[in-house]
Amino acid sequence: MENQQKDTFFTKYKKLAKEKGLLGACFSMVFQSKVWESVFRHGLADTPKNRTLKIISNVFLHLHPAKVKRHAPQFKFTWCMGGISFFLFLVLTATGILLMFYYRPTVHDAYWDVKDLEYQVPFGALLRNLHRWAAHLMVITVWLHMFRVFATGSYKPPREFNWCVGVVLLVVTLLLSFTGYLLTWDQLGFWAVTVGTNMARSTPLLGHEGPFGEQLGMTSHNDIRFALLGGSLVGGNALLRAYVWHCIGLPLIISIFMMVHFWRIRKDGGISGPL
Amino acid sequence: MENSEENKEKKGRYRALAFIKGKTFAKEKDSDISENEIATWPYLMRKELLAAIICTIVLIVWSILFDAPLEELSDPTMTPNPAKAPWYFLGLQEMLVYFDPWIAGVVFPMLIIAGLMVIPYVDFNPKGNGYYTFKERKLAMLTFCFGFHVLWILLIIVGVFMRGPGWLWFWPWQEWDPHRVVAETNYDLTSFIGVKSNSFMGFIIGGAVLFGYFYSGISLPYRLLKSRKSVAIEKLGFVKYTMVAFLFLCMMALPIKVCLRLVFHIKYIWVTPWFNI
Ligand code: HEM
Repeated sequence: MENQQKDTFFTKYKKLAKEKGLLGACFSMVFQSKVWESVFRHGLADTPKNRTLKIISNVFLHLHPAKVKRHAPQFKFTWCMGGISFFLFLVLTATGILLMFYYRPTVHDAYWDVKDLEYQVPFGALLRNLHRWAAHLMVITVWLHMFRVFATGSYKPPREFNWCVGVVLLVVTLLLSFTGYLLTWDQLGFWAVTVGTNMARSTPLLGHEGPFGEQLGMTSHNDIRFALLGGSLVGGNALLRAYVWHCIGLPLIISIFMMVHFWRIRKDGGISGPL
Repeated sequence: MENSEENKEKKGRYRALAFIKGKTFAKEKDSDISENEIATWPYLMRKELLAAIICTIVLIVWSILFDAPLEELSDPTMTPNPAKAPWYFLGLQEMLVYFDPWIAGVVFPMLIIAGLMVIPYVDFNPKGNGYYTFKERKLAMLTFCFGFHVLWILLIIVGVFMRGPGWLWFWPWQEWDPHRVVAETNYDLTSFIGVKSNSFMGFIIGGAVLFGYFYSGISLPYRLLKSRKSVAIEKLGFVKYTMVAFLFLCMMALPIKVCLRLVFHIKYIWVTPWFNI
């Protein structure tokens, strides 16, 4: 009894291999297995129906409609800049999480952790470079994306609101970059952030050096700069705040706005085009 | 089914009237795709994949070739000269030369954000929606390009490459000389007519100049356009027009102040006990 079963088991695959060759057998064992079919609910043949199913039966791909306007995915129309901005955001998330394993946001450790990344951690320097350059690149691609959207007039009805969502994305992108600048705790980041946050001192009404700030009782210990830095100087508290904003707060915010942004693109009738 | 088909034939709904040469109106049934559409899979997906791959390659090569900057450990007692903000904020830092920090660092950024956000609500031109055109929306394009390329990008370039110690102007090929001193005295606007800017008279005159700039900048074009019965002003309405004009004047205030400073060495236009502009 047992023997017979084993036999059929072997002969089944032997037959398969004979019929389709070794590669073909492996192919059908994987792609026609019950497991595969439970995950991907569409056939592999290149039919219009399967093309549609590939997109709409996949939670990640169904961000896209099953079919798009002919001109929309053309490089000369979008410059790919929105998509590349999003891709860079994903790269930054991945490399950022890896960097977090090696980095402690304290005055005592931060700088030396970065140094360790450069010289001790396997591929640490590459990791750090990737994160840094992708961040710079993302600022540029977002600017270019905004310019392309403007140049094609794609903010016009019905996409007014999505343009505003985009402006928020732009601001958050810059803030992410800015908060990241401080984390290396070197002279460059420290003074850049000092210069940047010094401007907050002179916020009208809310800064102690700003117009009417003094009259409203603002001092260097209760004004908006103090709230941003967690102190009156760029120190340990500022580092921790920058870290939390950079790694948790702002990524959450930008993800939420990106969700709205992408959802709205489809609700507004897909990528804009000549009417 | 068959019955109704027969019925239709009996009624003679379909008759060939003529033969027309050209594409058929009939569509292939399975693929419900019209002529100006294409399937996302594979046509868009493969482009996205390609873009992602190219991006990854460029990033990795770039990261292998060039190291991210890391300077010495931060030292609050050692201010570098110049201390520069990150490059994407250098436009704002460059503005500090011409405006006080509360304008350059706070008010202008907010106006930029607000200005960007109102664009779709005040641009009533229905043309140029979804395609590249300069001809059909010259004003919008020129304004945006002036603000974005000339003011924002150019100031960043100046900030990154031309500014050395003391935030003085150094050409990229010039050596930074930390001891260079430029004797430059700037005057407030009212001192040109012999009125001290921090006197009451100076306060009144300076305020009047500034108020006059915005008032005439807003009202004169409005009257002109009204008298010409311009369609633009009808569509825009008074409130939206005022907002656009105000934002536009704020944007133009930057190059105006730059000129005033560089040509006439003017420091402030309006000096008040609380703030200076
Ligand atoms: C993190 C930043 C951003 C990401 C990841 C992003 C992503 C995208 C993507 C993938 C598209 C699809 C079309 C394309 O790729 O061009 C798109 C379209 C659009 N984006 Fe963004 N975007 C960002 C920032 C912005 C900004 C700063 C603005 C404007 C101020 C903006 C306004 C728009 C508008 C109006 C559309 C619709 C364009 C059309 O239908 O032709 N986005 N965005």
